[in-house]
Amino acid sequence: MAETATRTKPATRAKSRRSSASAANSGPFSGESAELLRGYFQQMTLIRRFEERAAQGYTQAKIGGYCHLNLGEEATVVGLMSALRKTDLLFTNYREHGYALAKGIEPGRVMAELYGRTTGTSKGWGGSMHMFDVEAGLLGGYGIVGGQIPLATGAALAIDYRDGDQVVMCQMGDGTTNIGAFHEALNIAALWNLPVVFVVVNNFLGMGTTVEKSSAESELYKRASAYRMHGERVDGNDVLAVRDTATRLVQGARESGGPALLEAVSHRLKGHSVVDPAKYRSEESVQEARDNDPVANFRARLVEAGVLDEDGAKEIERSAQADADAAVAFADDSPHPEVSTLFDYTYATPVANDSRRLPADPVF
Amino acid sequence: MAVITYRQALHDTLRDEMHRDDDVFLIGEEIGVFEGSYKITAGLLDEFGEKRVRDTPIAEEGFVGAAVGAAMLGLRPVVELMTINFSLVALDQIVNHAAKIYGMFGGQTSVPMVLRTPGGGGQQLGATHSQNIELYYAFVPGLKVVAPSTPADAKALLLAAIRDDDPVLFLENLALYNTKGEVPDHVEPAEIGKAAVTREGTDITIIGYSRMAGVATQVAEKLHDEEGINAEVVDLRSLRPLDRETFVNSVRKTGCAVVAEDDWLTYGIGAEIAASISDGAFDYLDAPVRRVASAEVPLPYAKPLETAALPSAESLTTAVRETLDAVGRRR
Repeated sequence: MAETATRTKPATRAKSRRSSASAANSGPFSGESAELLRGYFQQMTLIRRFEERAAQGYTQAKIGGYCHLNLGEEATVVGLMSALRKTDLLFTNYREHGYALAKGIEPGRVMAELYGRTTGTSKGWGGSMHMFDVEAGLLGGYGIVGGQIPLATGAALAIDYRDGDQVVMCQMGDGTTNIGAFHEALNIAALWNLPVVFVVVNNFLGMGTTVEKSSAESELYKRASAYRMHGERVDGNDVLAVRDTATRLVQGARESGGPALLEAVSHRLKGHSVVDPAKYRSEESVQEARDNDPVANFRARLVEAGVLDEDGAKEIERSAQADADAAVAFADDSPHPEVSTLFDYTYATPVANDSRRLPADPVF
Repeated sequence: MAVITYRQALHDTLRDEMHRDDDVFLIGEEIGVFEGSYKITAGLLDEFGEKRVRDTPIAEEGFVGAAVGAAMLGLRPVVELMTINFSLVALDQIVNHAAKIYGMFGGQTSVPMVLRTPGGGGQQLGATHSQNIELYYAFVPGLKVVAPSTPADAKALLLAAIRDDDPVLFLENLALYNTKGEVPDHVEPAEIGKAAVTREGTDITIIGYSRMAGVATQVAEKLHDEEGINAEVVDLRSLRPLDRETFVNSVRKTGCAVVAEDDWLTYGIGAEIAASISDGAFDYLDAPVRRVASAEVPLPYAKPLETAALPSAESLTTAVRETLDAVGRRR
């Protein structure tokens, strides 16, 4: 039950093949633009407020299905997304609302998808686990553990095929590193030198099973070595560390075309999904997650360093709350898809003699 | 009009389509240096290079998934799965991803890929290498499943599959690769989802696909020549979408039907055909719909057992005669 002490260890930096970009952070925020820092705080706060409203919407039965929140992982999400260009592509697992927001999708469209409305990112067809937006470069959230990894590798193959300069990022959880698709896709990405950065968000829990109980090598970035791939671990609660490391790996993929594996060590503030009370967690581990709250800690650091004053921080929080509230209002006001559209998305190339549409239909 | 093998028709079509469209590429196990386990891709690596004829590790989930991801970005991968049996290893990518991506993202991206794969028994390959499991894929909305029975159809359907914006499972049969047939000099893409009446007749309808569509035609010709029976033969060609209209109309004309399929009987393709006939032509039926299918056993290796387990011209002939006897139509 108890999670081991290794989780409190500061992130271990694996040896980097490239010069470290983190030197600029030796002082508190030296070399960082205040505007950028406030922007990160704003995004992290928006995700926090959005996810709180999502949890609320779920308990009000406005949102159905499963609902996996990014609470506690805001620094990882924002750090990773700030390392990507708008044209870079992202594949995620089912814990994706924050990624959709940080990749630049309107909060209203993200909430509308949770509400199953036509204005949602997948027109109400996907829900929490299946958001998609070509403009933003989000090529989907996927609900089968590990299913997205071969897809991301294939997207990188297409970029390579066309000599493009985009990079694919593929996000997953720690439990994913034990499924066959992970190993097959990493092997192929390395064999073919494809521009994809695999990101494992290690919150130490695959649903309720600890990483030590599920992964023979629980320092997950080390798995990269089996594929002669660069692997690195970063403190996922530090938005700047995540950004710097991810930026370096993304640049490397863009320049050399080769893949990398990044492990972001993070904490889940709540259960696996909204309905999971997380009774399997010890009080100590819950307390530890709270102590490592990336939003609260980043706020405190910014105020301490004078990047933000208390009023400025509150203003950002008010604004984020207003954005989350507006997203809920937008979702609430949006229509559900018409039942008449039920068969619109079975095939992209329509067929003359489709199979019967409903059991009650006559044969023809 | 040339007479070529089913294998040659597939090879020629792949080559022509790669010349026509740079987005078409081949990916699979042993398709390059080895030239394909069944030599469909012979010579293509030399002609098109490694970028477009891509040998993969033995990792079906990985490379099928990679093909799906590449297709999402607009490439047109043609995957060769060495046999349909190995497709089971990639089932998640085919059923959970290739089939669903267009629908679950609200039509924002499609998966224009082809999964070519041979199935079928009769080669003494044992239980895991002799399966007809096309039903698993024909069951899934979002996939298209085609099963050509002749060289001309192999060409027309492969053209259609490659140019289609949806994932198409292209079912080949080991027993068909060396069969020959006339192929016109210019072949148009087939209409996926359209069955063909390959022999017109009035006494009984025989419905088949892939290998058994060919067997059905042979049986019909023989029964006509030797016994004066005039059977109509419907080749389904496409298992999903399923062209109910063509075979139901045929049964409305003839009043009785036999379904010939290589898969297992229970829950098989024939069960769906029989149910559709019951729905659409019940009042026209003079006899119950008969089904000829494989014995419901893991296919044995020993030749006499394997032969006994598979449907044949003889077992189909018997079913046709018995059905005609039941309606008093046998001369």
